[in-house]
Order: sequence, then C-alpha cells, then structure tokens
Amino acid sequence: MPNKFLPRLSAALAALLIANAAPAAAALKVFACEPEWGALAQEIGGDKVDVYTATTALQDPHQIQARPSLIARVRNADMLVCTGAELEIGWLPLLMRETGNARIQTGQPGNFAAADYVHMLEVPAKLDRSEGDVHPFGNPHIQTDPRNIARVADALAQRLAQLDQADAAYFEARHSDFIKRWNVALQRWEQQAAPLKGVAIVSQHKAWSYLEDWLGMKEVAVLEPKPGIPPSSSYLAEVLDHLKHQPAKMVIRAAYQEGRPSEWLAQRAHIPAVELPFTVGGDAQAKDLFGLYEDTVQRLLKANQ
Amino acid sequence: MKRVFMACVLTLAAPLVPAADKTDMAQLHQEIEQLKADYEQRLRALETRVQKAEASAQAAKTDAAAAQTAASAPAASAPTASGTAFNPQVSVVLDGTYGKLARPPAQYAIPGFALGPDAGPGKRGPSLGESELAMSANVDDKFYGELTVSLQPEGGASVEQAFFQTLELPAGLTVKTGRFFSGIGYLNEQHSHVWDFVDQPLAYRAMLNNQYDDDGVQVRWLAPTDTFLEFGGELLRGDAFPGGAATGNGPGARSAFVHVGGDVGISNSWSAGLSQLRTQANNRETGVGSLLDKFTGDSTVSIADFVWKWSPQGNPVYTNFKLQGEYLRRVENGSFTPSGQSAASYDGVQRGAYLQGIYQFMPRWRVGARHDWLTADNPGAAFTNTVLDPNNHTPKRDSFMVDFSNSEFSRLRLQYNHDQSQPTTDNQWFLQYIMSIGAHGAHQF
Repeated sequence: MPNKFLPRLSAALAALLIANAAPAAAALKVFACEPEWGALAQEIGGDKVDVYTATTALQDPHQIQARPSLIARVRNADMLVCTGAELEIGWLPLLMRETGNARIQTGQPGNFAAADYVHMLEVPAKLDRSEGDVHPFGNPHIQTDPRNIARVADALAQRLAQLDQADAAYFEARHSDFIKRWNVALQRWEQQAAPLKGVAIVSQHKAWSYLEDWLGMKEVAVLEPKPGIPPSSSYLAEVLDHLKHQPAKMVIRAAYQEGRPSEWLAQRAHIPAVELPFTVGGDAQAKDLFGLYEDTVQRLLKANQ
Repeated sequence: MKRVFMACVLTLAAPLVPAADKTDMAQLHQEIEQLKADYEQRLRALETRVQKAEASAQAAKTDAAAAQTAASAPAASAPTASGTAFNPQVSVVLDGTYGKLARPPAQYAIPGFALGPDAGPGKRGPSLGESELAMSANVDDKFYGELTVSLQPEGGASVEQAFFQTLELPAGLTVKTGRFFSGIGYLNEQHSHVWDFVDQPLAYRAMLNNQYDDDGVQVRWLAPTDTFLEFGGELLRGDAFPGGAATGNGPGARSAFVHVGGDVGISNSWSAGLSQLRTQANNRETGVGSLLDKFTGDSTVSIADFVWKWSPQGNPVYTNFKLQGEYLRRVENGSFTPSGQSAASYDGVQRGAYLQGIYQFMPRWRVGARHDWLTADNPGAAFTNTVLDPNNHTPKRDSFMVDFSNSEFSRLRLQYNHDQSQPTTDNQWFLQYIMSIGAHGAHQF
C-alpha cells in the first residue's frame, strides 16, 4: 500500500499545481466584495467569468472579518471587484496581504475599485473620528444610484477585456446590451419616481446619499448620531422632536440593518418605516440589479402615498 | 480641417499658373510654406489653449464638487506634499488597567512551571499597559512592511514586530522576514489589544511567556483550494522563552503549522490548526531577582487550536458568538539547575488548555467566560520543592468579562478571575481600557 500511496499523492499534487498554473483559459475568477458588483460582473462577464460574492445583502459591508474562506477565495481570484473608497478597509487589505496573490494587488489590472469611476459625494473636509466612522474618500455607498451602475459597467467591461483579451468582443457585446436595457429601465424608474422629488426622508445610516441625489429626495435627519454609532434612545427622541419642525414622509433603512430604531421613530412620528434592499439579494424582488432598483422605487412610492 | 483646406487650395491653385516663371513659382512656394507654418503654429497654440481650458474646467468641476460636499467646513484639500502623502499608516493603541488582586503579584508562581519574565498576573492598582505604536505600508509593489513598537510604562521601548512580507510570490507563497509573532496556535499571532480578556490563558502564560515573538523567517503556502488550507514553517533565532540565549549561527528555534478553515452555511465559520515549536534553550534563566533557575536543553511546544464563530446571517454587528479553545503540550528535555542547587537531568511533560466563549448580546456589548488549566509531570525527587515541583496542585482559573465598545476604536472592559493557578486562590478584578487612534485596524478572524 505505501508504495502506491506516494506516487498517487505526488500525481495529485502535480495535478493541483498544473491546475493552478494553467492560464485563465477557463472562466476568469472574480472575487466581488459586494453583491451589486458580483451581479454586474455576471451581467457583463456571462459565462466567461466565475463570480464569487464575498458578502450578502444582509451583512454590513463595513464589518466583515477576514475569514479563512475569504482568504482562500482571494488567493485563487484573477480579479477583485470591490467598491473601494475604504468601504472594505477593515478586511480587504488583510485579505490581499495574507494571500500574496500578485494578480489582485493595488495597481494591478486585477484590482478593480468601482468608486474610482463615479463622482463621490460627501467627501469630508474634516477627518476626525469624533465624526464617527467617516470615509476620507467620500460616502462609499455608491450603488444606491443606478446611474453609477452604468458608469461602473463601462469601466468594468474595459477591465474585463484587458484581463481576458480573447473574449474582449464578447464582453463588449454583453456590455452594450446591458447598457441598452439599463437605459430603458433607468428612464422608466425615473418616470415612476417623479413624485418622490423633493420628498423629505429620514435615514437610519448615511447610506442613501446617492439615492437621494438621483431621485431628488431630501434627507432631513439621520438616526445614527455619527456614521457607525448606533442611536441612543435620547438621540432618537431628539430626532423625533426635530421632525415636529421639519416633517418627513418616511424613514428608510438597509436590509442588513436592525429595524428597531426606524420602527421606533416611525411609530411615534406616524410615518412609514421602509426597509430597502440596498443591494442585490436584499429582498425577494431584488434578485438582480434590475429587480433591485425596481423594488427600491416601488417601495419608496408605496411609502409616499 | 483648416490644414486640409489649405492643401486643397494649393493643389487646385497649382495648375492655374502654368506659364509663371521659375522665380515666381519659387517665391509663391516660399510664401505658401510660410503660410502653412504660420497656420500650423496657430493651430498648435489653439490646441494647447483647448487643452488648458479642458483641464481648468475639470479642476473647476472637482473644486465645485468639493466645495459642495465640504459645505460649511473650510476645504482641507490643499495639496499634500509628497513626503507626507507617502507616509505609512500610523496607529497608536493606548492600554491601561486598574487591578485589584488579593495576593501580591510579585510572589506569583505556578507550581510545576519555570515561568518566563512576563508571566505575571498583572499589576495592582492603576497602571498603564503597553502603549503600542504601529506603522505599516506597502514598501513597493513586491513588499509590505510593518513596525510595531511597544512602549513600556516604566520607560523604554521594545520592538514587538518589525518585518517585511512578500506580496507577489507565485503559487500562493508568502515569506515574512524580521521580528514577528510566530504563526503557531490561534492566539499567538494576535496583538494584546484584540485579546478578549485582559490576560492570556494560563497555558500561553506558562509555556510561551504569553506570546512567542522572535526574529527569523516565515514561509507560508496557501493551497489553491476553496477551503482554506495553509502550511507554514519558521526558522527563528530562538532567543525568546521557552528558548533562550541563542549562540549558534543556525536557528535556535523552528516551527511548523497547518491551518484549515471555512464556512458552514452563511452564519458559521471556523478554523482549526496544529502547530509545533521546537526551541533550544542555552542556560535559559527564569525566576525573580537573584533566585534564578537555569535550563539547558530542548523545549518543544505542540498546539491544537480551533475557533468557531456564529452570527445571524453572517452579520456580526448586532449579535455574534465565538467559541475558542486550544490545547498546548510542552516537552522539555535537558538539564535544569534550580537556584542554589546543582544541575540535574530533567525530562518533563506539561499540558494546558483553555476554552472560552464570547457572546455579543447587543450592539457594542459583549460578555465572555473562560476556563483554563495546567498540569505538570512530577519530575522526581531531584526537584522536590523547586519551581518544577507541582506539589500535587492542578493550576486552574475561571474568568468572566464584560466589555463595551463605543466604536471599533474604543473598548472598556471589566474582568473577574477566580484564579487557582497558585495553591492559594486569588480573586482578581480588572478594569481595562483599549483605545486605538490613527489608521483603521484590520478585522482579523
């Protein structure tokens, strides 16, 4: 038995090494930090990409740990597709460093940060942690504006083509098809969402600036006293008081957030509390990127009635 | 466009002057050439003007955006000098405790164990812990560097970690060189500010002087599998306890470890590992003051570790639970010289383990419990009444803690130890603060 075991083991190891050394003739392995980028990579990459999404819509993208499973996935990835702008500061640098994967280090084509291709809002002029968990490069929740998805799609298609030149035409075809469908949908959403223009809202976390910018909604209060700091009951009472002078139509939160603070306020201010999917998979309707905004607009409209 | 137009005019005009003499032709040519040059110059000027305008428009756009977002605060977007822009990430951890211990810490001893210099139970009264200053950055595209200096409350500083690490080796290999916490076990690599209790488990305290930190080279290989599988090995100087006084050219310590890990469903993740550290001690001194014991020989520590983490939907923000345990076994083989006595041959096995659970029951609040214990072989009559004599005592301890983290960067903790590591039970209370300023820390598993 032992004389058979050794050759078998070495054959298995050799096979493992060959499989590892083989170029990306197969699908390009994409490690997407958030579900929206996983979905977008799938839209453009089709069956030429193998997408692994590191987080779900029910997880707070700030608060992910560099779990062993994530290290294993980054080690094998040909490409990272992440938000950037330090949204993943607590875990992504560690994953990159621990895996020592040359393809996905900063500055490599396999390192794609969506925030590089959109106009960032709320870039703080003052960086001080007394302001909460502020992001020096601006609010990182860029995916709440579907126009940003189109911008990132353009850049992502180019990047995929750069990494896998043999399939460049394939990516471009899928990209232009996606953009065509996206523009039609975008027009429809904007028409449907016209009544939301100027509507005053309260948000639980400062996660909706891009959505507000897109639909022209007005954020009159935020339930977190500082980004990332949960509200105390006395702070909630202050917000409630504030709403007496400056009423809002609804209070919104992301699917990954606990409902209690917004429900508390909603009950007392007699306004609806709206849970929005925030990203792909945030609720049953948000199965893909189209469903995400479709459902977001519908939920907002319903609350606005 | 203009250039094309000029060329057309010229070609059209040329045949219209058939009879003109040569000098006229030459003159005309010259004039046309001049005109062309003139136009080209103007065009170039125009192009640069357009480029400039575009650039300033872009700048205006970004300025406007910055102004819009900066709102009331003055714009801090003054260009930073490259000297500061390339500065590494800097962070400082402030740590302090208030301790109330029934028994004097200076007389701390665990029967059956020769303890390293940092193996005490903590100080009485208010005291500053180690303040940690860390700097890290990518050195270039191939290397990452990190320096962690620990500032002692009594003055002086020690280098806790100073290493560089490769970023781009092929086939999942990573090499770390310098001084670093060895990759053995689970707790060994963790900095004290991320510990879940004020102190390390008894097994780490007694067998590794809390943490094994040494100079050398570490090589790790991450298997290309979807399940985390990592093999590592280290060649180290061997100066740190349980080694000591390395003298040779070769490494005085070496280690090997394997770690596996993965997820179970969306809510659970785990990791487990096996490690071994082999050190050679050469007149390793332990003990207090002038009462020094000496050991020369081999010391081998083997560790089995596991961690299980749970959080609903894999989102640890609101509630989460962590179960963690490690088993350590140390074999020491050589010659032990108890203070005031002559050397005798020593061959002993010591064991220790801990099991702990940490539960975050609401945002920012966690409670934890830990049980840890040690056992040591009776080394025989030659060591009766020396530190190696277990005196029929089984050291053990129960710890409970509650901590509050206002943000990721601050933590306040209350801990109680029912400490039976010594024959007389000690009731210990600790209040601790851990404050991190500067660069955002990493969320280690």
